[in-house]
Amino acid sequence: MSSNFRWETFVEAFPLVLQGLGLTVGLTFACFGFALLFGFVWIFLRRIPNKPIVWICTWVMEFIRSTPPLVQLFFLYYAWPVVPVVGVTLEPFTCAVLGIGIHYSTYIGEIYRSGIEGVDKGQWEASTALNFSNADKWKKIILPQAIPPTIPMLGNYFIIMFKEVPLASVIGVGGILFMANSYGASHFAYLEPLTIVGIIFLALSYPSSILIRKLEVKMNTRFDKNAVLSKSKMKTIQGMNLEGSDRIV
Amino acid sequence: MSETLVKDKKSSILLNSEPIVKYRDVTKSFGDVHVLKGINLDIHPGEKIAVIGPSGSGKTTIIRMLMTLEEPSSGDIIVNGTNLWKMDKKGLSIRANEKHLRDVRGDIGMVFQHFNLFPHMTILENCMSAPIHVKKENKEEVRERSIKMLDRVGLGDKLEFYPSQLSGGQKQRVAMARALVMRPKIMLFDEVTSALDPELVGEVLEVIRDIAKNDDMAMVLVTHEMDFALDVADKVLFLDQGVIAEQGAARDVLEHTENERVQAFLKRFRRG
Amino acid sequence: MNAIIEILPQLLRGLQITVSVLLASAIIAYIVAFIAGLARASKNTILNKIAGVYIEIFRGTSLIVQLFWLYYAIPMLFGIQLGSNWWTGVIAIGLNYGAYLAEVVRGSILAVDKGQTEASIALNMSSYQRMRLIILPQAVRMMLPEVGNYTIQMMKATSLVSLIGMRDILYYGDIMRSTNLAQAPLVYVVVLLMYFILALPFIWLTRKGETLSKKGVASQ
Ligand SMILES: Nc1ncnc2c1ncn2[C@@H]1O[C@H](COP(=O)(O)OP(=O)(O)OP(=O)(O)O)[C@@H](O)[C@H]1O
Ligand SMILES: [Mg+2]
Repeated sequence: MSSNFRWETFVEAFPLVLQGLGLTVGLTFACFGFALLFGFVWIFLRRIPNKPIVWICTWVMEFIRSTPPLVQLFFLYYAWPVVPVVGVTLEPFTCAVLGIGIHYSTYIGEIYRSGIEGVDKGQWEASTALNFSNADKWKKIILPQAIPPTIPMLGNYFIIMFKEVPLASVIGVGGILFMANSYGASHFAYLEPLTIVGIIFLALSYPSSILIRKLEVKMNTRFDKNAVLSKSKMKTIQGMNLEGSDRIV
Repeated sequence: MSETLVKDKKSSILLNSEPIVKYRDVTKSFGDVHVLKGINLDIHPGEKIAVIGPSGSGKTTIIRMLMTLEEPSSGDIIVNGTNLWKMDKKGLSIRANEKHLRDVRGDIGMVFQHFNLFPHMTILENCMSAPIHVKKENKEEVRERSIKMLDRVGLGDKLEFYPSQLSGGQKQRVAMARALVMRPKIMLFDEVTSALDPELVGEVLEVIRDIAKNDDMAMVLVTHEMDFALDVADKVLFLDQGVIAEQGAARDVLEHTENERVQAFLKRFRRG
Repeated sequence: MNAIIEILPQLLRGLQITVSVLLASAIIAYIVAFIAGLARASKNTILNKIAGVYIEIFRGTSLIVQLFWLYYAIPMLFGIQLGSNWWTGVIAIGLNYGAYLAEVVRGSILAVDKGQTEASIALNMSSYQRMRLIILPQAVRMMLPEVGNYTIQMMKATSLVSLIGMRDILYYGDIMRSTNLAQAPLVYVVVLLMYFILALPFIWLTRKGETLSKKGVASQ
């Protein structure tokens, strides 16, 4: 292994590592999309008016959220295929989408919940008073108010997941981290390609987080009360990786 | 009648002494908004001054500058002969640093509209913390004095309570005890009853009245309680659009003024 | 049942590493977060900028990348062997979550009501006394839930040290899986349960902290 940082290596490795970017970004979108969908499952299950089901759901979410995604990935990749009856072998990519997607769906579900709970009680009563059907009530009154304030928070989770997907390299998904490690293995130089990975992450996630902060401010002025309300609620959600600090002054 | 006489006599004595605070051409702007436009004001030892005026006229700003919570845009505030916001450095007059501010503001205390009690401390601790940490006084002595003071404001039986367990009126009385334990020479009150439910206003005014009659510190009270102002104040200032539009003995301003703005203002209050 | 009795002692061999990495990285994270958070909340522009750069770098890249980077960089750049990968893991996790927690510290300090500052000025406290006696005690209460949250995140993150050869719970789990694949589901379920049990106190702290943090605090 070379004993110090070399620019030639850096320059040589750059295009190779960059080749992995498409997959990393693609995987992020896939995981995020899956988490968005699966988040609804939690919401749906938790709205079932049955105490034990809600209780079980709450603890299952807590369990998934409080245990390492790395172990969950290994479980899906190595153990799931040998589980009797239901077990099937999963492609690394599918495995990563399921593993990371389900892990983060537990956070996304909480965001949805905060959005729905952020809608003023009076809105429910008003829509009942106006004799909306149940579907219309959700479609026309509740969701249009519940969704916008959650958008910045969902955006934050997109960035968080972007930083989490390199984990999939451990089961052989070929993103930038994977590329860097394999370059390292074949050239006995790890530091340069890993530095490149760090720079790529920084270059993409820092501007996007600034963008999201801007969006947040904009949302907060547009949906004033709602957003502030759900924001303060969001702060107390378990396991939040959000910056609780960008205060709306 | 006799009381007024006594009061008038007292104020004439006061006016002969050197002022403890002097405002000299003090102005204050927030950005483009000129909130105060040249304030000149003397506060004599022991003098009780009520500040009245319409909302946004700058009443709060006047006393916040004396408490060092707001820096004047120009002019001087002299406390005990020392310039509050400026200090000397090698013959040059420069902006005061924190040490200078702390040296000069030691004699000033303030009670806020929203109490601002420390929520993580019992009410006794609220009273004790500053004398112990700021003035480095003996803890036992401070404790005794604090208990006495809380007793005086009628909360001697709640020493170990936290602010969240008290009513607004009680909180405000604690805030006064907390300020008094520091033995200030000047006390500032910023609409201390306006955040209270109407039925709690009386108990707080009663405490201030008690302090005003029995303690000899100077007091500046921003207030909307005209009867109260008439009762405790030696002098009343009427502030309007950033200038002192009228000042004089309480009775003169509140009952016999010829200034139309003051009359209109008071009329609105009497009705409401 | 027999299988669990067989698995558990094996996995417990890794408990010491998992717990020690968690404790050490948590301590580092708390200390770093405290310093960087105070710097971020201060008016000193230089301190503020330095802390800002640190926070953005560590939050902007991902932990697993930082871990690998440090793993190769520390011996190379500084010419020192830390003696073990244990330190590499602890430093990576500590600095990464220190950056996230620094923002929590800053946010809580700024969230203390301005009236508290004004009251302490009116009582002639110095800015140091103000911070120590009035602002921090309240800010710390506000931080509790998020500190609980991030400690759970750190606990989850300790599993990454198995990737740099540390013999933690997951490491022994992986060993058992590779020797007997049929046992893999049970092995990983037990591993997950062990992590969950470790998380329980912090889940409790987070929930308890939410009620606690509302007491004794004047927030804006
Ligand atoms: N920090 C600030 N920034 C900008 N403007 C301010 C600030 N503080 C006060 N002002 C403005 O200065 C003016 C005077 O404020 P001040 O609080 O002194 O009025 P006031 O006489 O106390 O009014 P009120 O009776 O409503 O308390 C107001 O127009 C207010 O909006
Ligand atoms: Mg005011």
